[in-house]
Amino acid sequence: MLELIFHNPIASALTALVSLSLLFGAILGFAAVRYKVEGNPIVERIDNILPQTQCGQCGYPGCKPYAQAIVGGDAINKCPPGGQSTINALADLLDIEAPQLDAEHGAEPEVKKVAFIREAECIGCTKCIQACPTDAILGAAKQMHTVIVDECTGCDLCVDPCPVDCIDMLPVTEHLSTWSWELPNAKPRNLIASDKHQQDQAA
Amino acid sequence: MNSASDSANRLIKIWDFPGGIYPPENKIQSTQLPLGNLPIPPKLIIPLNQHIGAPAKPVVQVGDTVLAGQLIAEADGIFSANVHASSSGKIIAIENYVLPHPSGMSSECIHIETDGEHKFIAFEICENYLTIDHLTLLAKIRSAGIIGLGGAGFPTAVKLSTKSTQKIDTLIINGAECEPYITADDMLMQAHADQIIAGAFLLSYILHHPQRIVIGVEDNKPKAIAALKTAIKNFKKSDKDSDIELAAIPAKYPSGGAKQLVQILTGREISHGHHSADVGAICVNVATAVASWRAVFFGEPLVSRITTVVGESLSTQRNIEVLVGTPIDYVLQHHGFNVAKASRVIMGGSMMGFTLPDLRAPVIKTTNCILAPDKKEAPLPPPAQACIRCGLCSEACPASLLPQQLFWYAQAEDVERLQAHNIFDCIECGACSYVCPSKIPLVQYYRAAKGTIRNQISEKEKADRSRQRFEFRQSRIEKEEAEKEEKRLARKRAADQLKLKLAERKKDDISHAEGESAPVIVPAQVEAVISAVAKANTQQLSDEEQKSRLERILAAAKNSVESARAPLVPKNPEFPITEEQLVRQQSRIKQSELKLADAEKKLADFLKAVTQTVEDPVAAAITRAQTKPGQSPEEKLRANIEAMQARLAKAIEKSTQAQNENSSSANALQLGVEKMQQKIAEAELELKALISTTEANRE
Repeated sequence: MLELIFHNPIASALTALVSLSLLFGAILGFAAVRYKVEGNPIVERIDNILPQTQCGQCGYPGCKPYAQAIVGGDAINKCPPGGQSTINALADLLDIEAPQLDAEHGAEPEVKKVAFIREAECIGCTKCIQACPTDAILGAAKQMHTVIVDECTGCDLCVDPCPVDCIDMLPVTEHLSTWSWELPNAKPRNLIASDKHQQDQAA
Repeated sequence: MNSASDSANRLIKIWDFPGGIYPPENKIQSTQLPLGNLPIPPKLIIPLNQHIGAPAKPVVQVGDTVLAGQLIAEADGIFSANVHASSSGKIIAIENYVLPHPSGMSSECIHIETDGEHKFIAFEICENYLTIDHLTLLAKIRSAGIIGLGGAGFPTAVKLSTKSTQKIDTLIINGAECEPYITADDMLMQAHADQIIAGAFLLSYILHHPQRIVIGVEDNKPKAIAALKTAIKNFKKSDKDSDIELAAIPAKYPSGGAKQLVQILTGREISHGHHSADVGAICVNVATAVASWRAVFFGEPLVSRITTVVGESLSTQRNIEVLVGTPIDYVLQHHGFNVAKASRVIMGGSMMGFTLPDLRAPVIKTTNCILAPDKKEAPLPPPAQACIRCGLCSEACPASLLPQQLFWYAQAEDVERLQAHNIFDCIECGACSYVCPSKIPLVQYYRAAKGTIRNQISEKEKADRSRQRFEFRQSRIEKEEAEKEEKRLARKRAADQLKLKLAERKKDDISHAEGESAPVIVPAQVEAVISAVAKANTQQLSDEEQKSRLERILAAAKNSVESARAPLVPKNPEFPITEEQLVRQQSRIKQSELKLADAEKKLADFLKAVTQTVEDPVAAAITRAQTKPGQSPEEKLRANIEAMQARLAKAIEKSTQAQNENSSSANALQLGVEKMQQKIAEAELELKALISTTEANRE
């Protein structure tokens, strides 16, 4: 056997390489089938960045459909609730230049809002329940409805269908558990102390 | 020779922690006078949320009279603590009130108008806790509302109930009190050293006798150390307990931080994301130890604490035993507070305290110091200069972080890098800001950054939740749609099958009709469906229409037979007609002939069915169904009246019953009966008119 190998170095090298490549090819082929990635992972990553308000302002019926559309080549600046920070994050992920928010789809909201049903006026029509993309409205036909505040994304899709206009979008009030310190408003000045007097005098 | 005194004199090995600073101590001002008291304030405001965790739930109502020490709000969840009335009086309100919190926000508080008697509720005294099991003791501490009095406000019972995986070998009683100005623990150690020692042994019993009990006191408190030494000497401990070690540690800020003190006394460093219990040590503040002991021994809840009232804008600077809920402005007023002199009022010390936005806020369980400095003592912070990257902050950081890097990332709001640089290990001690030559308020940046990160995390959680809910909803809707479609298809199939069956039956019946007239036994259900189908058919088409339709079908079939029989004309004269085409034509002719026969038969059947008197049950059902929608108006009215009369009888019964029971709905029911009678009368009139007109027609 050894003799045979020594006598035919080229042939034995070739045999070895070919058999190795066949072996690894088989392993790779098996792995490709066995560990096949389900779905498109990039859609998941985009969907992770989107704010999940499910508001449909982008023109798609939810955040995931928009994520799929982005993978399909749609623009990334159609999400007003996410605002510029979401656009930047998307641009970062997709390695493209970050565009400005497309004003056609709405402006970035200044404060977070949640829906509030004026319960005395609710007639129990369930239209808002059907409109809510996250099942955050509780109620039944001819019974008063109410919003589960913790689950409301503030998409305001429930406001339009309401026949008696009893839904308000209220800004989220800050309370003790959500309060946090603010960044010091005066950014460190790039001045030395003596310059400050000069500046004050100049002002 | 007493073994306790041995241990008190023994040399104890201590370690050092990285960083640290030596700020002016400012502890002399408040230790000149003995521990004082305040007259009971006319109004106490007791917040429901004085601790870390969920606010307690009130168990009293406005207008109730309460005694001192009475439970007024119950812990809501594990990380919550009971709240007790600090003095006797009347609950005048349970409403929002400003809290001693940097935000200046309000939260729910119980307002008590005191009666000045300070009458206590009867407590359950327990002379010997050794006869009680650990869980009962923990429950006692918990029900007394004891929380960490050092400043964090973590429920003590939770801290003491360690996990089974955590083997506690060291109990540390924290008397370091490193923060400038604060001397509350110092005064407590001087005044109640015996209770501290007793508390230490109680905690040691609860923690299953750890090998070491160490009291760590900074060496700038000689009086406290002396008092503790005497107390240790005098205390008669049980044999099971280890000796108490009294460690005088060098005064360096922030040695009083739990992690730092554990490192100083045990040499063990607490790694990222872990607690002191993970390295086998439990660190309890001296005041908490005393409060726990009092909770067990006297059954006394936490209703008061020792607080340092200090600052140059006050005429009296001292420590006082103050009731929880006393308004801070009331405390200041009793210490000669000069508003004009004061630069601001701080809760806590000069390093970690925060400026109180509103002085009406009450003293809470964690208020260890009220600092009212004058303008010279605490001038407004100078404007921050640019960072010169001197690195002093890194040297000062007791948590071995890189404050400078954190500062840059906090400015850039670079959340990922901040977390990578372990911003959550920052204890916000303020050492970095203190040493910063550019006077950058570094800690404020870290606090803000921590807040941003926490908010982002909670937003992310919410987003994940709404994604889940959205996807669940989508799949639910899809499922519903699919089910509907399925049902629709099933109904269609059933209807088709029945139609087929019906046609077959009809055929059979007709063929049987002349021979034996054996009725086909049809199950009731099928019969009903058949009748319904028949009904639907008759409703759609009258006999005439059906006949004409069948005739049309017949004509069409004849046409197609003729066209099929027509000789084949090649489209292209060059190609002759192939064999294949001929075969196809033959089959087409056959098919059209079959269709024609079928149509002819159908028409004949139909004509027969129309004229035939129906005898068998299926046909009877069909006719019944056919006649039903076409009931004469007279019959309809009669049936209507009958139904209404039945309803009337029921309504009368109900109404009399209601009247007997004197129910409120009796009137309404009576009204209903009257209306029903009226309706019947109308219907009868109509019926009479109809009968007369039909008779007139017949004549």
